[in-house]
Amino acid sequence: MFKRIWGWIQRFSSPKHFYDISGKMIPWFAVSALLLGVYGLYMGLFVAPTDYQQGESYRIIFIHVPAAWMSLFIYMVMAIASAIGLIWQIKLADMVAAASAPIGAWFTFLALVTGSLWGKPMWGAYWVWDARLTSELILLFLYFGYMALQSSIEDQRTADKASGLLAIVGVVNIPIIHYSVEWWNTLHQGATVAKFDKPSMHIDMLIPLLVMAFAAKLFYAAVVLVRARNEVLMRERNRQWVRELVEKI
Amino acid sequence: MSMNKRSKRKLLVVMVVLGMALATVLALTAFEENLMYFYSPTEVNNGTAPDNRTIRVGGLVVAGTVQRAEDSLLVKFDLTDGAEVITVEYSGILPDLFREGQGIVAMGELKDKKVFVANEVLAKHDENYMPPEVASALKAAEQK
Repeated sequence: MFKRIWGWIQRFSSPKHFYDISGKMIPWFAVSALLLGVYGLYMGLFVAPTDYQQGESYRIIFIHVPAAWMSLFIYMVMAIASAIGLIWQIKLADMVAAASAPIGAWFTFLALVTGSLWGKPMWGAYWVWDARLTSELILLFLYFGYMALQSSIEDQRTADKASGLLAIVGVVNIPIIHYSVEWWNTLHQGATVAKFDKPSMHIDMLIPLLVMAFAAKLFYAAVVLVRARNEVLMRERNRQWVRELVEKI
Repeated sequence: MSMNKRSKRKLLVVMVVLGMALATVLALTAFEENLMYFYSPTEVNNGTAPDNRTIRVGGLVVAGTVQRAEDSLLVKFDLTDGAEVITVEYSGILPDLFREGQGIVAMGELKDKKVFVANEVLAKHDENYMPPEVASALKAAEQK
């Protein structure tokens, strides 16, 4: 039984099989991300009610919060894929991790920038060194560190090992980011949605927020597959099947 | 590839995660105080917060205590964490969200253990989002 599952995993995670199947999945993810994103943005920016305290300015939440959630989610995908690559030496896992890093870095950057633009009118400052903002900035540097290791080490297996280990070490920052607003006094407010209590948000605002969060996940799925396919072609460029593929074009 | 090697790598990953977690817990516990963005009025009054040094104090603006000078930007108000109260003095432009009952964080120095002289006031909003009608309905229900 175990052997059969293992065999199935190996077949599925073979770069060629992944290349074929992911090519079929990308359009579905991309189209649904676009549709949900447009719908979520329209609901968030035009239909959702004004906030009692922050007026219209709060609407940046529909970008800021999904981006911040994605920055954590993609990091976890990257770290888990790195661990799988490190332990079971599945090459595809390392490729997915490497493909995820720049996407995660962009979402982290987006969360920091939108947070900064939101902070000025509401708090009165673009940036403060509180625990939430600082730990999110460290996350951006972790992504940069991963990408730097990937591109500076010539031998691909060594690069995957080094950057993978960094990704795993950095996991410790994820609970810190999430709980920073509870463990310490921060200027950043506590969790609105991601908590055990019921969300502290009116349902007409919550639904567009969740739609945007889901759209961001689908967007990531589409982009990470495109990027991982490029990784596959790049790393397997000397294999027979890639050569045949290129010759066909 | 032997199973033994794979188990070793598994162990390595687990040890790295656990080791990092332990090291981080120790480091964060050691620097606990420096990670706090602000002190509460209680900590200022009981002497936990340092005197004559720039610190931040956070709390709610006590309703009915905001006094504005007529000929300058000087404003004086009380700040509370529900238990203790301190008086804050500030001269400058306040953030839009500043009002009675609002959470704020003031940076400055405690003068003569009495008045906190701030040179920066930031507004701290809560995690609740709702339309104004709902907010006023909640408020009305609370007052009944």
